[in-house]
Amino acid sequence: MGIEEKLLPNGVMLAGLEKLVNWARKNSVWPATFGLACCAIEMMTVGGARYDYARFGMERFSASPRQADLMIVAGRVTNKMAPVLRQIYDQMPEPKWVIAMGVCASSGGMFNNYAVVQGVDHIVPVDIYLPGCPPRPEMLLDAILKLHQRISEEPLGARRAAKLAEQGFQPAELIPSSERYAKKKG
Amino acid sequence: MGFLDPVKGFGVTFGMMFKKVATEKYPEVKKVTAPRYHGRHQLNRHPDGLEKCVGCELCAWACPADAIFVEGGNNTDEERYSPGERYGADYQINYLRCIGCGLCIEACPTRSLTMTNEYELANDNRQVLIFTKEDLLAPLLPGMEAPPHPMRLGETEQDYYVNGPELAKRAQEEAK
Repeated sequence: MGIEEKLLPNGVMLAGLEKLVNWARKNSVWPATFGLACCAIEMMTVGGARYDYARFGMERFSASPRQADLMIVAGRVTNKMAPVLRQIYDQMPEPKWVIAMGVCASSGGMFNNYAVVQGVDHIVPVDIYLPGCPPRPEMLLDAILKLHQRISEEPLGARRAAKLAEQGFQPAELIPSSERYAKKKG
Repeated sequence: MGFLDPVKGFGVTFGMMFKKVATEKYPEVKKVTAPRYHGRHQLNRHPDGLEKCVGCELCAWACPADAIFVEGGNNTDEERYSPGERYGADYQINYLRCIGCGLCIEACPTRSLTMTNEYELANDNRQVLIFTKEDLLAPLLPGMEAPPHPMRLGETEQDYYVNGPELAKRAQEEAK
């Protein structure tokens, strides 16, 4: 019931703000380091010059959780490591996202035993699951870009989310990044 | 320690500006993997469209991560999916478990299961990442017909496994 509803058609201003906020969020995702095993080697490669995720606004791996938005869980999470992971996640400021990188983080992978957590989603909410053992750097870039797509669709606030759910909003299907970002021919 | 040492460092940076960029153009240009890269699986077909999978479960037995689930079924004359007695009625690969080692490919006795070079599999849904038979089956090429249908290349499965490629080649030449 503010002035913006009288000035503009309903929702125009806030819908625009939502887009702006999501655009800003998706283009400045800073990852927290959570390399636990061999996947971390691939994750470090993505930070290097050849794959260079700074192209997508992810300037550095943040060693401090309070300056991070994205947690890339790279590797198998043991039961002993689980509370540590949860604490790091809790220390990260909202909004925050999690990528389960590799099959071990996604579901335990081939380590179906007493020591390994069978999927990191037992501990933290996971936004993107990335299969592969380990995933090649392009696959991690693909997962990050798919996460960008999800971030850009996020509703701004609980009321907006409720309204979108009421309208039957369905998030767009995730397509391979090489198709989505393919250069237009001609 | 000279007076110009702090400036010399910038010389390296400046020199780099004229070198070729090492960064891959991944999302715009798809990286082509090595031809034998272990990507997503594929269930192949015989030249007439029948499935090669015979539901023997050797891939599931070979899998170190228990990622494959197979359930065999019996072919009948009315409903035939593969030459021979059995076919894979239910076939699932859990990509949240699959480590891409390729032991299933080595185990497959009919070369039904092979791997493609597709690697962009990330998703936000666990359910989608359990690939079922529909997702894994190879696309129908020209001259193929979706099963179930009777054996087109011969009377017995021997015709498929021994003479199959030649028969298919002959059939294609006749079609021309």
